[in-house]
Amino acid sequence: MTSSPEPTAIDQPVRILVAKPGLDGHDRGAKVMARAFRDAGFEVIYTGLFQTPEMIANAVLQEDVDVVGLSILSGAHMSLFPAIMTALANVGREDALVIAGGTIPAADVRKLKELGVAEIFGPGTRLQDAVDFVRQHTAPVSEAARDGS
Amino acid sequence: MRRSLSTEELAKGVLNGEIGAVARSITAIENDLPFGNDILARIFPHSGNAHLIGITGPPGAGKSTLVNELIRVYRAGGNKVAVLAIDPSSPLTGGATLGDRIRMLEWHNDPGVFVRSMASRRFGGGLAQHTLTVAHVFDAAGFDPVIIETVGTGQDEVGIASLAHSTVLVQAPGMGDSVQTLKAGALEIGDIIVVSKGDRTDCQALARDLRRLQTLHDREDVAIDRWIPPIVITSTIDETGFAKLAGAIGTHREWLRRSGTWEERVRTMLATEIASRVQRDLQRRIQSQGISQDAVIEAVLNRQISPLAAADRLLESLSNR
Repeated sequence: MTSSPEPTAIDQPVRILVAKPGLDGHDRGAKVMARAFRDAGFEVIYTGLFQTPEMIANAVLQEDVDVVGLSILSGAHMSLFPAIMTALANVGREDALVIAGGTIPAADVRKLKELGVAEIFGPGTRLQDAVDFVRQHTAPVSEAARDGS
Repeated sequence: MRRSLSTEELAKGVLNGEIGAVARSITAIENDLPFGNDILARIFPHSGNAHLIGITGPPGAGKSTLVNELIRVYRAGGNKVAVLAIDPSSPLTGGATLGDRIRMLEWHNDPGVFVRSMASRRFGGGLAQHTLTVAHVFDAAGFDPVIIETVGTGQDEVGIASLAHSTVLVQAPGMGDSVQTLKAGALEIGDIIVVSKGDRTDCQALARDLRRLQTLHDREDVAIDRWIPPIVITSTIDETGFAKLAGAIGTHREWLRRSGTWEERVRTMLATEIASRVQRDLQRRIQSQGISQDAVIEAVLNRQISPLAAADRLLESLSNR
């Protein structure tokens, strides 16, 4: 007899949380991105509108996602994003890949990247570019295999 | 970076009820990582305490909303509640939108509530391959009850009844006439039947149709301590029925214990889990160990051998290894 075969790539799809922090009600972008990630073969946990930094961090922790996709159009990103990064660190998940989309001025992009936001996708982004970015920056097999080794 | 923990630390974390350790362990099991097996081996002896409650029913019937209300009742009673919410994976891409959590967000700040979304990964039957195995993790971490919400189901997805102690079947009004309630299949597996959207006028008719079927059964043997599934009408809008539902689930648990059915069910659940694992591993072995399916399929395509003979041939080549 041989041991169980090695898991294949299909066993380890990228898990991504798509959430909208803040108080604006424009969730079309978040829904479009959730659909694009789904069609890329990712497992998307969609929590939708009005998420606080703590709600996002708690979902990241419990759902054990690799990636967090934030969508924001309210203009409050400079106060909410730092709070989200802190909340993620508080639950021990500062390793999660954080990406964002929405109306974020170029001047703020640099500051947000310094905070640890990996990439920001503004209006006009091709869906495939966001998908490709996530693929390139997640290696679920090797990362997950690191634990327990 | 995500803190790297040893198998031993993770298992210890699970037994201490640490959220991060539970979350990681579930991922390991779900993804078939070798250390997932090791963690399970360590924690499994500490499981077997939780009441596993399955919630099933058609899409949009209100399963997630109902789970949210059940959480409220159990939290008021001081229980730590875990929810495993399964949604379908795409047959085309393998991707999934997991949208049950959104109904349960109000518990985000409560460490006594753990909601985990899980994709079915094409397992079928409204479930995921590792459903019960993941429930063991919650169980060992001290969550009780563990609520398993299936994919939205139709007439024939009955697998949940073999993976939970108590199955709650949710039916919504407006889905067809009384002939629908005569059909075999999913309607037979509910230990408790919920008619949701109880604020709608047509819910009484549905509850009546469901109850009529039960009275047929009742007349057969009234002497035995038989479980007759109660029918509970719930409404989120009117905020009614949920305490009654939780009460019915509790009564069912007591009946399971009293009648000896509990042990029987646990045996079925674990046997189902083992069989499903064996089946999966056999399938993988056929796929991955160089058994040439192509040649066999070719022979079938050319009508040289029948599909059944082809299946025999594949099985033979496995046992010859």
